[in-house]
Amino acid sequence: MKRIALATSFSLLALSASLAVHAVEYKQVQTAKSSIHFTYKQMGVAVDGKFKRFSSQLSFDPTRPTAAKASFDVELASVDTGAPEGDEEVAGKPWFNTKAFPTARFVSSSVKALGGNRYEVAGQLSIKGKTQEVLVPATFTAQGNSAVFDGSFTIRRADFSIGEGSWAKFDIVANDVLIKFRITAASQ
Amino acid sequence: MKSARNTTYTTTAKSLHWLMAVLLIGLLALGFYMQGLRLSPEKLQLYAWHKWAGVTAFLLLLFRLAWRVTHIPPALPASMPKLMQFAAHAGHLALYGLMLAIPLSGWLMSSAKGFQTVWFGVLPIPDLLDKNKELGDLLQTVHMSLNLLFVVTIAGHVGAALKHHLIDKDDILTRMLPAHTKEH
Repeated sequence: MKRIALATSFSLLALSASLAVHAVEYKQVQTAKSSIHFTYKQMGVAVDGKFKRFSSQLSFDPTRPTAAKASFDVELASVDTGAPEGDEEVAGKPWFNTKAFPTARFVSSSVKALGGNRYEVAGQLSIKGKTQEVLVPATFTAQGNSAVFDGSFTIRRADFSIGEGSWAKFDIVANDVLIKFRITAASQ
Repeated sequence: MKSARNTTYTTTAKSLHWLMAVLLIGLLALGFYMQGLRLSPEKLQLYAWHKWAGVTAFLLLLFRLAWRVTHIPPALPASMPKLMQFAAHAGHLALYGLMLAIPLSGWLMSSAKGFQTVWFGVLPIPDLLDKNKELGDLLQTVHMSLNLLFVVTIAGHVGAALKHHLIDKDDILTRMLPAHTKEH
């Protein structure tokens, strides 16, 4: 009787352990292995930049993707345009106005599985006091104990009043800005 | 060895000389002017134009070098001292060297700074270097220094041509002029 009880509790333990493996949830965002880049066109020429500092909360369980949640806070003053005078300029009033609006924020509202490892995250993006609905396609790749999410989406800078005044026309700096991200999150 | 040497420049050589004179002085003036501007759409526009004109000057130079190699220019006056003849050749060599090195340094600088050169916004010039801030800053100094040297060399070139015309009273300057039809 005792032996049976012991055997049962062992098998229960094994079962819960295997369940735990399947129900892995990625929550620990590793900022050192994550990045947010952007690409825009300057007189028809693609120019890349990035944000050096941002924080993110994320929870993703591959078995329940629609329950996933993600939010990002990007420190806009950490922008790297490739030139110091560019960094200074875009922090200023006509662009991000980082004094009044230091962070850009994205909060997911729903996640749709598109099949395979592809997902579509709907959410609200707020920059410079303006909020827009955005759809963000992303892929999920498991790497050891971590999940890597890659994706990109395009915003129009005019929707957020980024680049006002003499920059408002799109002949020099295009309206479309492609945001590319890679987020690495470890399971708990 | 050819005994009868040309005494005049070809029309093509003269055209290239004056076309590039205007283009390069314009490029120099634009380059020194634009780098001091505050960042604005106009500044970005000027940088793009400067890069397009720079690529154009480089291509013109390649054609000019090919022409120079296949068309021997008139000789320097026999009355010129050997040292002066050497100085004249060295000066011209420096001009050609700088006309070659300056656009190359500008192109590499653009690549290292992460701003690709796209000729007239249509033809992308491949980036030979990856984006690298330190290298970009170094190449900016190189581009600037070469241009300062170029200004000095051009001043020497113009000064020498005027000296030939006004003091030596030879045809060194006039034989580069479009109207010069003197036959020997």
